[in-house]
Amino acid sequence: MNIFEARNIVKAYGDFIALNDVSVNIPEGCIYGLLGPNGAGKTTLIRIMNQILAPDQGELIFQNRNLRPDDVYKMGYLPEERGLYKKMKIGEQALYLAQLKGMSKHDALVKLKYWFERFEIQSWWNKKVEELSKGMAQKVQFIVTILHDPKFLIFDEPFSGFDPINATLMRDEIINLKANGATIILSTHNMASVEELCDNISLINKSKVVLQGEVSEIRNQNKPDIFEITFAGNPQTFQQQLNSKFELLEQKEIKGLHYARVKILHTSSDNELLSLLLPHVHVTSFNEVLPSMNDIFIKVVESSNLNN
Amino acid sequence: MNKIFLIIKREYLTRIRKKSFLIMSLLGPLIFATFSILPAWLMTRESEEMIKVAVIDSSGEFINKIPETKTLKFEYISGISVNSFKKVLKNSQEFNALLFISPSITYAPSHVWLYYYNQPNLNLSSHISNALKKEIEAKKLQTFNIENLDKIMESVKTDVAVQSVKISEKGEKASKTEILMIISYAAGFLIYMFIFMFGAQVMRSVIEEKTSRIVEIIISSVKPFQLMIGKVFGVMLVVLTQISIWIVMTMALSTVAQNFISHKSNSTKIEATSQNIMTQSGTIAAPQNPAMNQGNTEAISEIFSYFDDIPVVQIVSWFIFFFIGGYLLYGSLFAAIGSVVDTDTDTQQFMLPITIPLMLGLFVMFYTLNNYNSPVAFWFSMIPLTSPIVMMARIPFGVPAWQIWLSAFILIASFIGAIWMAGKIYRTGILLYGKKVSYKEIFKWLTYKN
Repeated sequence: MNIFEARNIVKAYGDFIALNDVSVNIPEGCIYGLLGPNGAGKTTLIRIMNQILAPDQGELIFQNRNLRPDDVYKMGYLPEERGLYKKMKIGEQALYLAQLKGMSKHDALVKLKYWFERFEIQSWWNKKVEELSKGMAQKVQFIVTILHDPKFLIFDEPFSGFDPINATLMRDEIINLKANGATIILSTHNMASVEELCDNISLINKSKVVLQGEVSEIRNQNKPDIFEITFAGNPQTFQQQLNSKFELLEQKEIKGLHYARVKILHTSSDNELLSLLLPHVHVTSFNEVLPSMNDIFIKVVESSNLNN
Repeated sequence: MNKIFLIIKREYLTRIRKKSFLIMSLLGPLIFATFSILPAWLMTRESEEMIKVAVIDSSGEFINKIPETKTLKFEYISGISVNSFKKVLKNSQEFNALLFISPSITYAPSHVWLYYYNQPNLNLSSHISNALKKEIEAKKLQTFNIENLDKIMESVKTDVAVQSVKISEKGEKASKTEILMIISYAAGFLIYMFIFMFGAQVMRSVIEEKTSRIVEIIISSVKPFQLMIGKVFGVMLVVLTQISIWIVMTMALSTVAQNFISHKSNSTKIEATSQNIMTQSGTIAAPQNPAMNQGNTEAISEIFSYFDDIPVVQIVSWFIFFFIGGYLLYGSLFAAIGSVVDTDTDTQQFMLPITIPLMLGLFVMFYTLNNYNSPVAFWFSMIPLTSPIVMMARIPFGVPAWQIWLSAFILIASFIGAIWMAGKIYRTGILLYGKKVSYKEIFKWLTYKN
């Protein structure tokens, strides 16, 4: 079931079209990556999702009905550009933002106490934001985003500005939120975290969706048919076995073990390659190389730029 | 509605908790008193510095004719040219200025020059021209060879003092034009100042939210319009709180002052009575001092009684109305400006269309003080961008009710329109960064839906 559907969204700022017929379906309970180069239209799509902006055309479906103004209470949003009132005390500020999200003062206080303890930042309650470091302020913002238990969360570059320890902390919290049933939209340029966290993605380039689907499927579909083989034996013999159906990309010797990367051309298969090699060398490992999201990103964006 | 209330509460509380609010609340009445009294005091104050003017009178007609005062002396010199005396003047400790009267002065009245390095006093040149004018007029009269001219002039000489009397239904009363003018001036100026100060505060606060990027978090929970309205009203409540504090403090201060004065005069009365008793008992009569004191007390109570006839409640109520109206009109425009810029320094180009009508309102107000029923005063008290200042300056003098109500109605309609328009600009502007916005673009935003 999809928790959120954006159907054929068009949004223009004057003559500039920020989103051109964009459709995105977000399955409930997943972590959904929203990818794309800078200026592709991700932020506009996010703002349309949390109703900061209204689309010029298109439909927005939330929990199987049209998106309503009060749905903002069920959403949490951590914008890319973080900000808090510099002169306001952390506690007061968190309380204020929680109340704006529709929480009662009492509930907000209870939850804040819980999260401040969990992040071990109780002592910050009466501090002003200007006294905190950027990473500290981001922790506070993270708490404010998730405080009202939203079922639908949008994180825009949630790891930027964190040191590795806190970035890991954030990652664990996001996994935790997913485990507790929340749906999370992750907009990021960090492809490693997409591979690690995301179940599905949409790649937007120049106002259009250019790639969409489950991460594992996308990586499978974009396989370059390259295999990494390590073997013991004579490298010359190895090379002699490779006929015109295969292309040797690289071969080297590391600590007595031979290592090779072989691309299989369309007319053949991995099984054929293996059966060719087995009588002649001792194959110790045989792995298909999966493309990194980074490679896919670059490949898809570049080819879509060429098509335009 | 609940959201707007939360926003108003935050805006209000963060502001009144500031030290500057406390300081302004306490010092405000003192500063106002100082600023309203100081210029008047400076103007009436006689210059305590001695001014000595050297006079080279080539006509020879005015020697020892220009009257001197306690602080103004003239010394008539001869045997030195104007140009060489100018050099003397430069390093002179004795003389502040040089007056040169040309021989041709009787038929060319502008042939008189006052030279100085440091301007001695604003009144000096008018003092001299008055004296010379009288002298020349007298000389001209003498050429008619009229007999007994001195006596005729003596009997012709008349001092006119216009006694202004205001006619009202309650009967004729001595007019209090000066006091009314002061009230008008203060009311108009305060509205001008408040709109500017607190409008700019709204603007800065919008810029702050925009540059700190918290605005995006907030408008993912509330509508931008709610945020803008909450901010504008929050700041308005701060001003109203401040004004209330000022009113209460001023009332308290004046009560204390009144008590103090009457207490003092009571004690002098007792003294007077005892002295009278002494006089009756047969010794020397010396009631001079107490009589003078009693005169003072009467003058003071007279001043206080002036205020009895001025419709203070009406003026204060209209003041609050016109302040709120004007503030909402300008405050929302200030908010809109804050939303389209990234920093304080970018505000210049958009400030102009706001500052011009405000300044115009102030200038028309000065004019209104003397011509409160002129067509100019009327029209500028109807135009909503100037009416809060101009109408407020007219009200103390008495304005037909229909004019006030019409002006009030136009103002209400305008600020509703302004808030609507500002809301449209605001919600597009706050999400825009790093882009110089033109007026043309802003007009386009007005047509964007939602």
